[in-house]
Amino acid sequence: MAAATVRWIQHRARQAPRGRRFFRHPLAALALGVLIFFSVIALAAPLVAPYLATHQRDIVLLQNQPPSWLHPLGTDLYSHDVWSRIVYGARVSLAIGALAAVMAVLAGTAVGAVSGYFRRWVDAGLMRLVDVGLALPRILLVLVVVALFGRLSVVGLVLLIGGTGWFATSRLVRAEVLGLRERAFVDAAHALGAGPGRVIARHLLPNVAATVIISTTLGIGHVMLLEAGLSFLGVGVAPPTPSWGNMIADGAPQLVAAPWSALAPGAAIAIVVMALNAVGDALRDALDPRQEIP
Amino acid sequence: MAAWLVRRIGAALAIVFAVVTLTFFLIQLVPGTPFLPGPEHPMDPEVVERLRVRLGLDQPLPVQYAKWLAAVGQGELGESFSLRRPVAAALAEAIPNTLVLGAAALCIDFVLGLLLGVLQAVRRGRATDIVMGNVALFLYSVPTFWLGLIVLLIFGQWLHWFPVGGLTDAVLYPSLSWGGRIADRLWHLALPALTLGLVGAAGTARYQRAAMLETLHQDFVRTARAKGVGERRVIMRHVLRNALLPIITLFGLALPFLLTGAVLIENIFSWPGMGRLATNAIFQRDYPLVTATAMIAAAMVVAGTLVADVMYHAADPRVRVDAP
Repeated sequence: MAAATVRWIQHRARQAPRGRRFFRHPLAALALGVLIFFSVIALAAPLVAPYLATHQRDIVLLQNQPPSWLHPLGTDLYSHDVWSRIVYGARVSLAIGALAAVMAVLAGTAVGAVSGYFRRWVDAGLMRLVDVGLALPRILLVLVVVALFGRLSVVGLVLLIGGTGWFATSRLVRAEVLGLRERAFVDAAHALGAGPGRVIARHLLPNVAATVIISTTLGIGHVMLLEAGLSFLGVGVAPPTPSWGNMIADGAPQLVAAPWSALAPGAAIAIVVMALNAVGDALRDALDPRQEIP
Repeated sequence: MAAWLVRRIGAALAIVFAVVTLTFFLIQLVPGTPFLPGPEHPMDPEVVERLRVRLGLDQPLPVQYAKWLAAVGQGELGESFSLRRPVAAALAEAIPNTLVLGAAALCIDFVLGLLLGVLQAVRRGRATDIVMGNVALFLYSVPTFWLGLIVLLIFGQWLHWFPVGGLTDAVLYPSLSWGGRIADRLWHLALPALTLGLVGAAGTARYQRAAMLETLHQDFVRTARAKGVGERRVIMRHVLRNALLPIITLFGLALPFLLTGAVLIENIFSWPGMGRLATNAIFQRDYPLVTATAMIAAAMVVAGTLVADVMYHAADPRVRVDAP
């Protein structure tokens, strides 16, 4: 079904030069299919998963069972069906990834656009802030907050990860806005009496859209890896709510006896992040303005 | 050049100062006090008051801030709850281990990444490029700690080629010779450094490939070929020199990556470094240790970026002319 959707997208996209450039990448179609597949199973989780994520059919006898007909990916330490947990975990991991990445990119774009447009001391002040933000490794900052304030809820996690991820995007957007600012259409807008808000919103931001889209795509991947790491350490999503990260944490001690309970979620993360990176690369080529022939 | 350097170092110091201040305010934001009077822990109000005075919590905020700065400046970073030792002592033991791991991972990262990137650029579009590109994409996307688990499983547990963790052999190390000790340490270093290095190399290879491809289109390359210079010499002498510049920037970005990776990898391989110190402390809410680790990490990142900037400035003459 995902393959059919991708073929439809390909057909529509091939009618435009950008679409053709996107699909010139050998992996782009496959990556897009993978992302659609995982999004669909995440959205339709109750329909796709044979069991509930926290369902324990037989607590004692079903621990760490290898893959079988009843349990396609086996069971984990607590007798949960691994495949079902992957499906429900997709909801959590993908949602956190998407929300935090979008939040980070929105904040970064806003800061970068304002900084690049107004320049002078607004720029200097904001960029000092960005320097400080880039100095502290993100995972350590999250660990500090958890050490001080205790474990976070999922909402708190999204806010924290999103709130610490905007620094790099703001630099990129600022660089682009600085360049765009000198173009003639900005002068024209000023001459027609447009205020700063209008110039930024209607003229500068649409031209920055390419960078922003690519940033978001790659950003989701980074957030998913970060969330997985945090859940692995035990400071991310709390069990029994499944997240791909805490599934690896649960499965790690059983790595020798029952490798599937840790391998499956890790493979899922790897596949989704690979797909995101491949789509980001293809988008970079597709949206590259240097390849547009006027 | 000297003026720029002075300004750059000043900026770096300002950033470290800002991080220290930020940490102070974060700690202040936590509700409650380090000791918890309440229904479960009934405490005499007089005792509470005396503890507050003793810990300096009744002082006005600017005074507390000044004391904090003085303490950090002197290296007095507080006492760890969970380890019952001064934080500075615990960190002093842990940081060299992280640095060793980071240095080894950096070597693997850049040597491998450079080789792969150049190879991919030279054989662009052919099987080598595509296969290596996909392998790099996989390594780049995989969670580092998961890769560490797999590497540990395969090479440590199944094949028994490498030990499954720790810094040195717990039993045999004291009785080894000088050379034997170095060999033992290297043997234990291999897997964690390999894991971190591989993931880093994947990223480096992507950048290096892009940089090489951009340089290969330049006019001076065509000139060199037209002059009859052999292909290998063209690549090694002319292209590589110019394509190495983005790598220097990557070098600056590598330090945050390594510190981040170290947190998880050290956990898996039981490597006694900063990362493992922080993660072990987190569950006991041992915030002096975690905040001190974060501050030191930030200082290391700023220092690394500074070094990278200086190297780039020295390497690329164009920057010196254009820079304000």
